[in-house]
Amino acid sequence: MNRVAIIGVGCSKFGEMWDSGFRDIVISAGVEALEDAGLEGKEIEAMFVGNMSGGRYLAQEHIAALIADYAGLAEFNIPSTRVEVADASGGLALRQAYMAVASGMHDIVIAAGAEKVTDVGNPMDIMTSSIDREWEGFVGATLPALYAIIARLHMEKFGTKEEDLALISVKNHKNGALNPKAQFRREISLETALNSTYVAEPLKLFDCAPISDGAAVVILASEDVAKNYTDTPVFIEACSQASDYLAIQNRKDILTMSSVVAAAKQAYKQAKVEVKDIDIAEVHDSFTIAEIMAYEDLGFAKKGEGAKLIREGVTELNGDLPVNTSGGLKACGHAVGATGVRQAVEITLQLRGDAGKRQVDAEKGLALNIGGTGATAIVTIFSR
Amino acid sequence: MLPRFWRKIKYRYDLVGSYCENCQSFFYPPRNLCPHCRRRSKIKEIPFDGKGRVLSYTVVHDAPEEYKEEKPYVVALIELENGVRVISQLVCDPEEVEIGMEVKKAFRKYGEDGNSGIIYYGTKFVPDN
Ligand SMILES: [Zn+2]
Repeated sequence: MNRVAIIGVGCSKFGEMWDSGFRDIVISAGVEALEDAGLEGKEIEAMFVGNMSGGRYLAQEHIAALIADYAGLAEFNIPSTRVEVADASGGLALRQAYMAVASGMHDIVIAAGAEKVTDVGNPMDIMTSSIDREWEGFVGATLPALYAIIARLHMEKFGTKEEDLALISVKNHKNGALNPKAQFRREISLETALNSTYVAEPLKLFDCAPISDGAAVVILASEDVAKNYTDTPVFIEACSQASDYLAIQNRKDILTMSSVVAAAKQAYKQAKVEVKDIDIAEVHDSFTIAEIMAYEDLGFAKKGEGAKLIREGVTELNGDLPVNTSGGLKACGHAVGATGVRQAVEITLQLRGDAGKRQVDAEKGLALNIGGTGATAIVTIFSR
Repeated sequence: MLPRFWRKIKYRYDLVGSYCENCQSFFYPPRNLCPHCRRRSKIKEIPFDGKGRVLSYTVVHDAPEEYKEEKPYVVALIELENGVRVISQLVCDPEEVEIGMEVKKAFRKYGEDGNSGIIYYGTKFVPDN
């Protein structure tokens, strides 16, 4: 297998972008990545695009060709492929691009993620299509409702408090304030988070990431080819994917995401790293409880002790293991199919030393992208 | 009415699930293939008696369009006596619900399709006092 390097990254602004269309958002991320890599465009051999629901958000399918076209690549006739695993679609695009380079099939490949949610379609209803529509959605369960059921049991069994969940939100907003691409660039107080209205008890407004517009692009190259383009490559040491029962009622233990455990186990093994080697992580905080469970399922904390990390400040920007330095899904925004690629952009900037005011000292990073309530998980390990 | 709804009416109305005779496992929603036995599955339909207890729950405030009029409502993860878990609405005062509470199945209205006027029914749970 070829070692795979990231040679360029780009990211649009995340948020409610009423003035920009899908194509504008994608191109802003793409141009930034091409400039970052110093590529003209004709060097690109293939493209993978993560997009959850263009068909329902935009009434537009065939997103892969559309993006290749508007990225100025139509004349090169490159293969362009859209992949979908709900809100882990971006992570999967990264994985497909990674495999295309690692296998030796291609030398330079683009992984893109993009979603435009503010045009047509009902975001809540569309997110319900990431859970079991017939058996969970039918009874009035929403994505937040299912995470709320998980959160309630976590609190009952392990003593996690609503305040612990709020602390995650406060931390991520604090980090988001330092990220020029973030949707929410303001700090919030613990009281603001705790006093926000209930969406699905015990989860409140400030426990839930927004559903946003946004795009992110990462350009991958084989190690040898990467040398021609950058002196600061960031390597992907592993990118693992796992699945689980779609509906939470079929899982033996809803307090463990076995997809995350499986993907992490495989990724640590392939990258030949241990948990203690990880310096920084971007995890899928679509809901605050998901970040606490990620601490546990990735092995940062023992099962049931995830809340300790946030109480003790371990995952703060100045802590031993900063998590979601970008602001995470909560403050940077959750542009659904773009999120997994956006996480890779953040880890790359951090490992290269290009993260500006939110820069931390890190050599190895990890990203966790989740689809729905965890029926898909993708874990990527990066090193500089 | 949506074909995917009426195809499943029997299972929704009376909590009919699946039983694998090969490994003695119960499933809900029903499955044609046992995830433990796969091609050795011996699946048959079986009605569940519908008594169980609340494993966890939420009170939904931000509801989908079809359920706006019912909010706030309780959605619970319920474990039946045979070990099967079911996600269902629980008809009770949101203040009253707690983990471990005993519940039983009931036939109730779920919602209406505003455009067609069709009313959906299914199994909900109620407190079993
Ligand atoms: Zn079986």
